[in-house]
Amino acid sequence: MNIELRHIHKRFGPVHANNDINLTFQGGRIIGILGENGAGKSTLMKILSGFQSLDSGEIWMDGQRVDYTGPEAAIEHGVGMLQQDPLDVAAFTVLENFIYGQRGGLSLGRKAARDRLKEISWRFGFFDLDPDTPIAQLSIGQRQQLEIVRLLSQGVKTLILDEPTTGISAEQKVVLFNALRELAHNEGMTVLLVSHKLEDVIALCDEVAVLRAGRLVGTRAMPATTRELVAMMFGQELPPVKREPVGEGLRPSPTPAIELDRAQLRGKRVTVSELSLRVQPGEIIGLAGLEGSGQEALLRACVGLIKPQAGRIQLCGEDVTGKSYRHFLRCGCAFGAAGRLEEGLVGGLTLTEHIALVNEYQPVVDWNRARRLTQEQLKQYNVRGRPDSRIETLSGGNQQRMLMALMPPKPVLMVLEQPTRGLDVDSARWIWQQLLERRATGTAIIFSSPELDEIVTYSDRILVFYAGRVTEIPDASRTNIDELGRLIGGHSDGAAQ
Amino acid sequence: MNNELLNTLNSIVSNATPLVIASIGETLTERAGVTNLSLDGSIILSAMVGFVAALASGSALVGIIAAMIVGALVALIIAFAGITLRQDQVAVGFVLTLLAADLAQFLGQSYTRIPGPQILSSPLPVFSQLPVIGPVFFDQSIFAYLSYILIFGSWYWLFRTRPGLAHRAIGERPETAFARGTRVNVLRYVYTAVGGSLVGMAGAAYSLSVKAGWATPPNMAGDGWIALAIVIFGGWHPFRVALGAYLFAGLRVLATVIQRSPDVNIPVVLLNGVPWLLMIVTLLLVSSGSIERLMHVLPRPVQKWSRNFLRSDPPAALGTRFEPD
Repeated sequence: MNIELRHIHKRFGPVHANNDINLTFQGGRIIGILGENGAGKSTLMKILSGFQSLDSGEIWMDGQRVDYTGPEAAIEHGVGMLQQDPLDVAAFTVLENFIYGQRGGLSLGRKAARDRLKEISWRFGFFDLDPDTPIAQLSIGQRQQLEIVRLLSQGVKTLILDEPTTGISAEQKVVLFNALRELAHNEGMTVLLVSHKLEDVIALCDEVAVLRAGRLVGTRAMPATTRELVAMMFGQELPPVKREPVGEGLRPSPTPAIELDRAQLRGKRVTVSELSLRVQPGEIIGLAGLEGSGQEALLRACVGLIKPQAGRIQLCGEDVTGKSYRHFLRCGCAFGAAGRLEEGLVGGLTLTEHIALVNEYQPVVDWNRARRLTQEQLKQYNVRGRPDSRIETLSGGNQQRMLMALMPPKPVLMVLEQPTRGLDVDSARWIWQQLLERRATGTAIIFSSPELDEIVTYSDRILVFYAGRVTEIPDASRTNIDELGRLIGGHSDGAAQ
Repeated sequence: MNNELLNTLNSIVSNATPLVIASIGETLTERAGVTNLSLDGSIILSAMVGFVAALASGSALVGIIAAMIVGALVALIIAFAGITLRQDQVAVGFVLTLLAADLAQFLGQSYTRIPGPQILSSPLPVFSQLPVIGPVFFDQSIFAYLSYILIFGSWYWLFRTRPGLAHRAIGERPETAFARGTRVNVLRYVYTAVGGSLVGMAGAAYSLSVKAGWATPPNMAGDGWIALAIVIFGGWHPFRVALGAYLFAGLRVLATVIQRSPDVNIPVVLLNGVPWLLMIVTLLLVSSGSIERLMHVLPRPVQKWSRNFLRSDPPAALGTRFEPD
C-alpha cells in the first residue's frame, strides 16, 4: 500500500508537534521514522493510525484521499499500529485477546480462532504463543508478537511499530526483524518503524525519514552510517563556544562537590556499572545520549533517589552511599526533575503555598511572611504570576523559574534533568544565566539534555551515555558533532581520551 | 435426609436470593469499570417503590418492573456523574445511598406495615421432584429461579461471548477497548444501568417475597453493603459471588437457628459478627501470597482451574475515567 501524508499539522497547546509534514511511504519497504524524544514522530504515527486526530492536512492511500477517526477505522483502512506498551488486556488469555476486536457473531468462535492464531503465528516464527496463557504472564516480546498476529488477522496492510525493540530479548528481536522483513519484502506490506535506536534502524530499514522539533528534516535511502543519521537527527551546526574557565575565581578544591567511586546504578532500562566521577565545585557536567541510555540513573543517584547497587558516593567528602533523598538535600543538593508538574511542583497549590512549603518550619504558617517572601522571589526570579495563582496556571518557563526560586540559593550541587525542556529561547537563556551565576559561587551542576548544542555550550565536561556505557569528553570546548554523534550512536573508538 | 435440615437449606437459598441478584448486578457494573456504591440505598428505595407499585396496581410484575426502573435510574445518576460530569464515583455513590434510603422512608411513610401482595414459592415441575436439590433449590419463588439464570447467564455472557469480551475489556483497559472499536463510555452507561436494574430487582425480591411488605426502618437495611462486600469476596466472578451470597445467608440462618435452640449458649452479637470475620479472613487470604504458595503444592490440573476461581484482582480500570484522544 502506498501512503502519502500531505501538510500534516498537529498542535498540543503551544507545542507544534507536527509542522507541515509531507511524506510518502511505498509498499514493500521498511521505513524508519527517526527523531529524538519530542521530535513528533510518535504523534505523526498516531495520526496515521487513528489514535490522534490531525489539525489539518490530508492522508492519501493508493491515490485515494481517506478520512477517518479512531484506531478501529484506521484498521479498516488497513493501517495498524503496535504501541510501545502493547494495547492488550492483561486479564485476558492470549486467545481472548486475539479474538477481541475481530468481527464475528455472539459466540467467541474459539475453535476457529485457535486455528487461525496458530496458523499466522507459526508462519512468522512466533512459536511460543500458547492460546490459554493469560497476557499478564507474557513477556513484552510475546505480547508484541500477539499484537502483530492480531493486526494481520484483521487484514492490516501497513504496520506501524513504536519502539518495538525496547524491553524485548535479543532472540525475540531476531524473530521480530525476520517477520518484518518477510512482511515487507515478500508480502508487499508497508512497515513503519518508529525508533531512536540507530542500530535497529540500520539493521532493518530500507529508507529513513528524520524529524526534528516537529518538522521533517529529510528522507534518505539506506544504507547510511550512524554518523550521518545522528547528524540528521541533531542538526549539523554547533554554535561557537565561548566559556569561562572551569570554576573561575575558585581555587581547585581538595574535596570534590560529589564523587562517585565505581558506582553501579540501575536505571529504568539499562544499568550503568563501574562509574567513577569527581565533580569539582563550580564545574558543569553535561550528560548526552539518547533518552534512556543511563543518564537518568546517574542524575537520580546524585541526589539519593536511587541507591547504587555497588560502589560509593561522597558529597563534600562525606560518605552518603545509601542515604535518603532528604539527607542529600540537607547536604546541599538540589534536584530539578524533567517532569516539572509531576515531580517538582505540586499541582493545585499556589505560589505562596510552594514558598511556604520550603521556607516555613513552624507548625503554624505565618502567611504574611510567606506572601512577602513570595513577592520578593517572584520579582527576583522574574516569574510572571501572582502569589495566589495556582502553579499549573503558569507557563512552562515561569514554572521552571519558580522551580529555581524554590531551590536553595547556594547549593553545593544542582542536579537538573533537561532544565530547559519545552522552554522558548529567551526562557532557556534566562535559566542558564541563573545557573551560571550559581556556578560562579562554587555550585557544581550536573544536567542532561536532548539538545546537543545546549550541552556543548554550557558544559565543562561531557559524559556520553550509550546503553549504560559512559564515555567522557574531558574538554567540551574541543568536541564536535562528529565525535558526539559517534559516541551517541555507540561507537567509542574515536573517543577523545 | 430429615425435613428440618431441608427446610433450613431451603430458607438459606431464599434468604440468599436478593443478595445473589444484587451482587451479580453489581458484578456486571464493576466489570465495566464503574463502581455503584449506592446499593444499600438503592435496594431500599426500589423495595419501597416495588411494594407500593404492586399494591397500587395489584400486579406483582408491575412492582418488579417499577423497582428495576428505580434501580436503573439511581445507577444512571452515578454513571452520569462519573462519566459525563467526571465526578468521583465513590463520593456520588455514597451520597446517593444515604439520600435514597431517606427518600424511601419519607415517601413510603403511609405504606408501612400494611398487608400487600407477596410472591409465594411455586415449586418448579419435574425439578422439584429431584432428591435433596429439588426441595432446596426448586421449591422457591420466581426470584430464585431468575437468580439461577442470572448466575449462569452472566458467567456465559462475560466469558463465552464476544460482547462479553468487550464488557470485561472496558473494565480492565479502556484504552485497548477503544482501540478495538468498542464505545467505552456508551457501554459503561449501559452496563451500569443493567446492573442497577438488577439491584432494583433485588429490592423487589425483598419487599415482595423474602421480607414482604414495607416497614420503617426498612428490614433489609445494611444488605446492600453486604452485597458490595460479596462482590469483592467473589472476586468479580459470578460463581464465586453466588457462593459468597449463599455462604453469607447460610451463616445468617445458622445464627437464627442457634439463637432459637435452648441448649447452645453463644451470644447473638458474636454470631452476627461471624460472617464479617469470615469475609475479612478470606480477603486477607486471597490477597496475600498464601494462595500462590498453595498453588505450588496443588497438582497441576487443579492449579489452572483454581487459579481462575481464586483470582481476586478487581477490574484494573475500576472507578477510573476514560476519555478518548
